[in-house]
Amino acid sequence: MRMLLIAALLASAATPAGAKKEKDAPAPTQGSSAEPDNPYPSTYKAYPGVATAIRGATIFDGEGGRIDNGVIFLSDGKVTAIGGPDTPIPADIAVFDGTGKYVTPGVIDIHSHLGDYPSPSVDALSDGNEATAPVTAHVWAEHSIWPQDAGFGRALANGGVTSLQILPGSANLFGGRSVTLKNVPARTMQGMKFPGAPYGLKMACGENPKRVYGSKGREPSTRMGNMAVNRQTWIKAREYQKKRAAGKDQTRDLGLETLADVLEGKILVHNHCYRADEMANVIDMGKEFGYKVTAFHHAVEAYKIADLLRDNGVCSALWGDWYGFKMEAYDGIRENIPLVHRAGACTIVHSDDENGIQRLNQEAAKALGAGRRMGIDIADEVAWTWLAINPARAMGIADQTGSLKVGKMADVVLWNGNPFSTYTRPEKVWIDGALLYDSANPKLRPVSDFELGQIGAGDVK
Amino acid sequence: MSYKNHPLPPFALSLSKGRSFFRKKGKASTGSARTVLGALFFVLSTPALAQSLAITGATLAIGDGSEPIRNGTVLISAGKVIAAGAGIAVPPGTKTINAGGKWVTPGLVSGYSRVGLVEVPAVNETNDASARSPFSAAIDVAPAINPLANPIAISRTAGITRAVVVPSTGTGIFAGQGAVVDLGADMNPITRARAFQYVELGEEGAKDAGGSRPAAILTFKTMLREAQEFAKAPASYDGRSKDALLNRVDAQALVPVVTGAMPLMVHVESARDIVTILSLRQDFPALKIIIAGAAEGWMVAPQIAAAKVPVIAGGLDDLPSSFEKLAATQSNVGRMVKAGVAVSMGLMDRDEGLQLRLATQQAGNMVALNKVPGATGLSWGQALRTISSAPAEAMGLGDRIGSLKVGRAGDVVLWDDDPLEMTSAPIAVWIDGVPQPIDNRQTKLRDRYATPGEGALPKAYEW
Repeated sequence: MRMLLIAALLASAATPAGAKKEKDAPAPTQGSSAEPDNPYPSTYKAYPGVATAIRGATIFDGEGGRIDNGVIFLSDGKVTAIGGPDTPIPADIAVFDGTGKYVTPGVIDIHSHLGDYPSPSVDALSDGNEATAPVTAHVWAEHSIWPQDAGFGRALANGGVTSLQILPGSANLFGGRSVTLKNVPARTMQGMKFPGAPYGLKMACGENPKRVYGSKGREPSTRMGNMAVNRQTWIKAREYQKKRAAGKDQTRDLGLETLADVLEGKILVHNHCYRADEMANVIDMGKEFGYKVTAFHHAVEAYKIADLLRDNGVCSALWGDWYGFKMEAYDGIRENIPLVHRAGACTIVHSDDENGIQRLNQEAAKALGAGRRMGIDIADEVAWTWLAINPARAMGIADQTGSLKVGKMADVVLWNGNPFSTYTRPEKVWIDGALLYDSANPKLRPVSDFELGQIGAGDVK
Repeated sequence: MSYKNHPLPPFALSLSKGRSFFRKKGKASTGSARTVLGALFFVLSTPALAQSLAITGATLAIGDGSEPIRNGTVLISAGKVIAAGAGIAVPPGTKTINAGGKWVTPGLVSGYSRVGLVEVPAVNETNDASARSPFSAAIDVAPAINPLANPIAISRTAGITRAVVVPSTGTGIFAGQGAVVDLGADMNPITRARAFQYVELGEEGAKDAGGSRPAAILTFKTMLREAQEFAKAPASYDGRSKDALLNRVDAQALVPVVTGAMPLMVHVESARDIVTILSLRQDFPALKIIIAGAAEGWMVAPQIAAAKVPVIAGGLDDLPSSFEKLAATQSNVGRMVKAGVAVSMGLMDRDEGLQLRLATQQAGNMVALNKVPGATGLSWGQALRTISSAPAEAMGLGDRIGSLKVGRAGDVVLWDDDPLEMTSAPIAVWIDGVPQPIDNRQTKLRDRYATPGEGALPKAYEW
């Protein structure tokens, strides 16, 4: 089944621009490079919810739409109806008055290290960077994730975050596979794993890889070294992918399996990259080897090449105003997000931080304000795409979540005011229709194993 | 687009050598009522002299904890606040800006920063926060504060006008003497040099002392006793003996700490460590302690209040990011204020040299907590106080900076809207009554790349 899928993908539009189309993939056979299909599957199950409606709220649908005095109806874990005040809802269900409040799809953070760099930040739990070789495409972030990181609960209660991508760190050129989670506490990582979400590959350009390995006296120690090691690696990956697609015998290689999946368009590339000139190099490296970068992460200089990013269909996952902490972040500006947005390129607000993830709405507000001051007038509901459908698309889960469309997962936040105001917090958060945070109910607040029985457990955080 | 290509010549820097608290004042100038846009032009086109100035029709916050008032007026003359409040008469002939309901606050004060000590934190050559040096307590950050560092201009543009600058430990538990600075566009950044001594006595202090808290406390006490010995007989203090922990220079630097002439800023986070350091005054009664951090301060807030020790906190800490912060909560500040502790906010964890502008976000989130059941927040006025008069008072400078009370420095910010909202920004900033430039390196980059793609010439020619 899996090999058939690969063949289908090869013949489809999954091949990026500039790459030669692979034609006539041979009939699949099981060689020694055959991989198990999904060896660490999601065991996530939605918690039961009750049919719920919210009336009278301002709704941002996550795709740029806005409904004033709107109605949303959730049942069986899905968005069942959404519309204006006349939207019919059944009589005998829980109805919340949303007057003066706002409803949005749950916030999606495309860049988090919760679980792999958890709290407390001690060496024993520091599992985000396999910084022992510049190419570690074989590691999977999900195997580092500690589900007892209290940060997940904070992201839910204070940030309204319902889905998030956990990435390996950026010490390495090829950092390994990312994983997408639903922000629902579980005993295991697999219990949080977003069903059906594609994997990502974390790559990194710039200062980190060259510093980490240069300081060890090995390649790469320069940006040209970064690119050279990348290109050599893609050459090997293409060779592996061709053999695998042809069903030829070869020893399994976990790293090359991941890279081959990238070349076949099944794994999405999330590339940590700050500088405009380096992003341009990476875009062309994708063309050289026949893959596409889905999103540049951090991308503090995206505004300098917003046109290039638009023309190449690459998203930028950005901070509101973080800048200057290292040389490649020196040119960060608060207008980065609105400038990239205005150019027509896909724009995402991300955190990369266990505190920032609690306030992604405020990061977006900074960008909105900075944009408006320079005459880029983006509507609130349009800006919410940065936190919703845009990251969902870049994570390959937009068919399931990321906006309030009928039939999608009922991942919903009821905010106690305009979510672009500093004075606003989530009042209730539903994930797959289950109410998992309610500011009025002290028991509807996750307390991780790590926190349980400790001072402050269960406190309003 | 009015933000672009304003007619401002490169900002002239005052090169006067004066180190007095207030800069030399310019002569009073006159003018008529102006709109806010007029004010903007006025700020950009006027030489850097302190003027008499009235801002009327403002939503005015004094910064002392009181709530903002509508239709307020601020009067500045000779670099100082002459009056601020409602129903204030503007002397005829005073240059007047009608704020048209927009917000006016005192210039904001960062309670904990490294601004001016750092340009790019990860570029060592530009980072003067700490050193592996034979010296520790004697280190004085003041001569290193670079008023031309870009983060100063970036912070000033965001309404920060003063900052507490904290050194970081390099060798041992004492980091040296911090300063209070202004962020004005001139070459005189120092408001108060050697404003306090800084010591680590929590997890970081344990590490700096060789690996344990008991070692840190013993080191601390022994060093203070050596300073006492030095004070008694400076000539006979032998800083080179094998038993001495302090060399002569460091011993001398700790004398004002032991006598209480210089505040001691102590970084601790846990409830246990807070109680421990409050008890240090049993051995050293004159210590003037300021606690920095105090993530678990809410647990011992009555003791901190009783000890009359001010706290500079991070505000938004809410994760058990270390074992000394297990009880961290965003309600920490609100609970401590409720218990009577004088709390300021600053940048405790990251970007202390860069992101002073996060002060408004920290304060705004304290207000947000009022709408969260079970949380303890701050009123708007109290929240502003934590980033204006409270840090000034913690530094013993409450009578000089940090609020718009009569006699304080003419540090004033005119905002386009509520300053604690992330969509807002300053329209104009004055420091000591001197109008400040509102551009910086970031606004130049913004303007250059307002449209992507090159024009008739490369981007390098657009400036």
